[in-house]
Amino acid sequence: MQNIQQELRQFVIDNFLFGHGNGNLRNDDSFLDKGIIDSTGVLELVVFLEEKYHIKIHDRELVPDNLDSINNLVRFLETKLQHAS
Amino acid sequence: MCGIAGILNLDGQRVDPDHLVRMAGQLRHRGPDDLSVYTDKAAGLAHTRLSIIDLASGKQPMHNEDKSLSIVFNGEIFNYIELKNDLIKKGVRFKTQSDTEVLLRLYEQKGEECVHDLNGQWAFAIWDSKKESLFLSRDRLGVRPLFYTLANGAFLFGSEIKSIFAVPSVFREIDPVALDQIFTFWVTVPPHTIFKNILELPPGHFLTVQNKQVSLKKYWALDFPPAAESVADGAATEERYASDLLDLLIDATRIRLRSDVPVGAYLSGGLDSSLITALIRKFTNARLKTFSVAFDDPEFDEGSYQNEVARFLDTDHHEVQCDYSEIAGAFPSVIWHTEKPILRTAPAPLYILSELVRNHGYRVVLTGEGADEMFGGYDIFKEAKIRTFCAAQPDSSFRPLLYRRLYPYQQAMQRQPDAYLSAFFGARPQDQNSEFFSHLPRWQMTSKLKMFFSAEVKSQIGSRDASDILRMALPPGYFAWDGFCQAQYLESAYLLPGYILSSQGDRVAMAHSVEGRFPFLDYRVVEFASRIPPSLKMKVLNEKYLLKRCAGGLVPSSISKRHKQPYRAPDGKSFFQGIRHEYVDALLSPVRIRQDGLFDPLAVERLVEKFRKGRAIGVRDNMGFVGILSAQLVVDQFVKNFGVTSSYAEYPAGTAAVCH
Repeated sequence: MQNIQQELRQFVIDNFLFGHGNGNLRNDDSFLDKGIIDSTGVLELVVFLEEKYHIKIHDRELVPDNLDSINNLVRFLETKLQHAS
Repeated sequence: MCGIAGILNLDGQRVDPDHLVRMAGQLRHRGPDDLSVYTDKAAGLAHTRLSIIDLASGKQPMHNEDKSLSIVFNGEIFNYIELKNDLIKKGVRFKTQSDTEVLLRLYEQKGEECVHDLNGQWAFAIWDSKKESLFLSRDRLGVRPLFYTLANGAFLFGSEIKSIFAVPSVFREIDPVALDQIFTFWVTVPPHTIFKNILELPPGHFLTVQNKQVSLKKYWALDFPPAAESVADGAATEERYASDLLDLLIDATRIRLRSDVPVGAYLSGGLDSSLITALIRKFTNARLKTFSVAFDDPEFDEGSYQNEVARFLDTDHHEVQCDYSEIAGAFPSVIWHTEKPILRTAPAPLYILSELVRNHGYRVVLTGEGADEMFGGYDIFKEAKIRTFCAAQPDSSFRPLLYRRLYPYQQAMQRQPDAYLSAFFGARPQDQNSEFFSHLPRWQMTSKLKMFFSAEVKSQIGSRDASDILRMALPPGYFAWDGFCQAQYLESAYLLPGYILSSQGDRVAMAHSVEGRFPFLDYRVVEFASRIPPSLKMKVLNEKYLLKRCAGGLVPSSISKRHKQPYRAPDGKSFFQGIRHEYVDALLSPVRIRQDGLFDPLAVERLVEKFRKGRAIGVRDNMGFVGILSAQLVVDQFVKNFGVTSSYAEYPAGTAAVCH
């Protein structure tokens, strides 16, 4: 999971922070509250998760509880990958 | 339509005519028919002319009998015939048929107060040789541009900043504070421009230079009645508003057809331009030429609606098809004309469209600009209403579903989950009391782009809050207005003159010597609109409700009933489809970004990479890319490589004259 957390951090830093914030992005920072993603950013995130981890994310799963911080993402992904295996 | 420029030497020295010629030379696109300069005492005026009214004798600079007053004028005074008749009754005699002479005579009679009588779109300068004072004025809403600066003991002004830069020794440097404004509000806040020490004469203002003193005065501002007095009472009121408005719009259109050359119209496929075109058809017998831009990309194209209106109104319709690479190809020229960074490519297709108009031999077009601001058409007004409605019941799971109705034309927005729409647009408790409630989502989202600023720019901006300057400039009655009117004000006072009428209006039309005229921005229409109760402008969520009532029967019902689609063009994608554009690679290279100093090279590199991979779909990424590229073009074209190229040689033989 350490690996996944690192990959997710890297994606967020590259894709939404454009290299900034490696020292500033905390794992429990809310992407919405901190303005890290814009209104369409969540779709980019979903595309990344589906392609990278070969999972299918359902519409009902598209909620901040699953997607709105590095910690939420790791927890969500863990559950998804367990169900997949 | 024309270009104007001038110099007043504060030390009393005579003006070097060569400087005036250089200034006018930068404005030749605004006035390809004629170029003249005039010097008197410490003042000099320059003018480039596009002949529209009184082709034979409207030459400028124009003087009164004893040459004590001299005028250079860019624009149109649409009520010049009525003003002239009034003056003739008072015994004033005229030598020409031009509106310029009317303006000069009116100033002769009334001085600076003359601006209150004018119905038009103008920027003009009058040199009073007896008083040794220079008077500059700009129209109420900022249709025509006017810039000025103080440099080396001289006051310099011009229709475009490039004419001021044509004078040797004027300093050219980007102002980080103005860059911060653009990356918040999408525009600079007048009198700021993107360049340090170069100021814009704000809309609705005049300025006097006398005894080495520059004084600025506001003569008009958009105003609304207090919310408590702005309530609709019954169907009879609604009917009366609709009929009075139609009468006004007919007259506003009629006086805008005054011209000695044929007048065309733009058709966007929406309600506003369709209504204007319909009104022209009622008031002219000539076969009207209409012009449109159509896009290869169906997400942006409105060609089918444009053609439907053209058929319905039986116009001679012409369109130009626009693809991604044409937008990217035109973009450097577009920025040469906008003279400021922009966050959208939408001015580029309009630049291409004005070329089509010119190629048809047309110099004047009427368009629907201003209706969205004055009659409540923009999504930002609807968005604010929904946010207020949701904030009133924060636990409602039904209310946030309305957010999906906001942007039906944006594919990426439609795919968004409900929880995110609500989180993005939802009003936080602290937002609800903000004087800028309607505009906070836009400004906050745009402000995130400042992460691309270089450390140096960030440190120069410091902890400054861009909105402080707007807060200080709010009109006295603002807090008593309905929230809807407050949103209208913010849109009309800043985005309208700074972007819609400028980057998307005057500058890209005049690039090809085409003059836009805007019946919805007739000040009588604007003042009437401001008194219409907000509930009739947008009835529940039905935008431009009253205007649609007015348009009933005049435009196809499919046009008045369709969901409003704002005019947009493909943004970042335009630069990464098809051919590779060398200037994009050059200006966004890490080396160049570092040299120019405005942005962070690493962050820009990653953003470009995201576009190259086709992964940048969001509004924010797109605005960031277009903003950065256009800022780099401004640095390249104006700060680093500005060259004075034009001179008399480019004008038809015999038209240039230096008068003393």
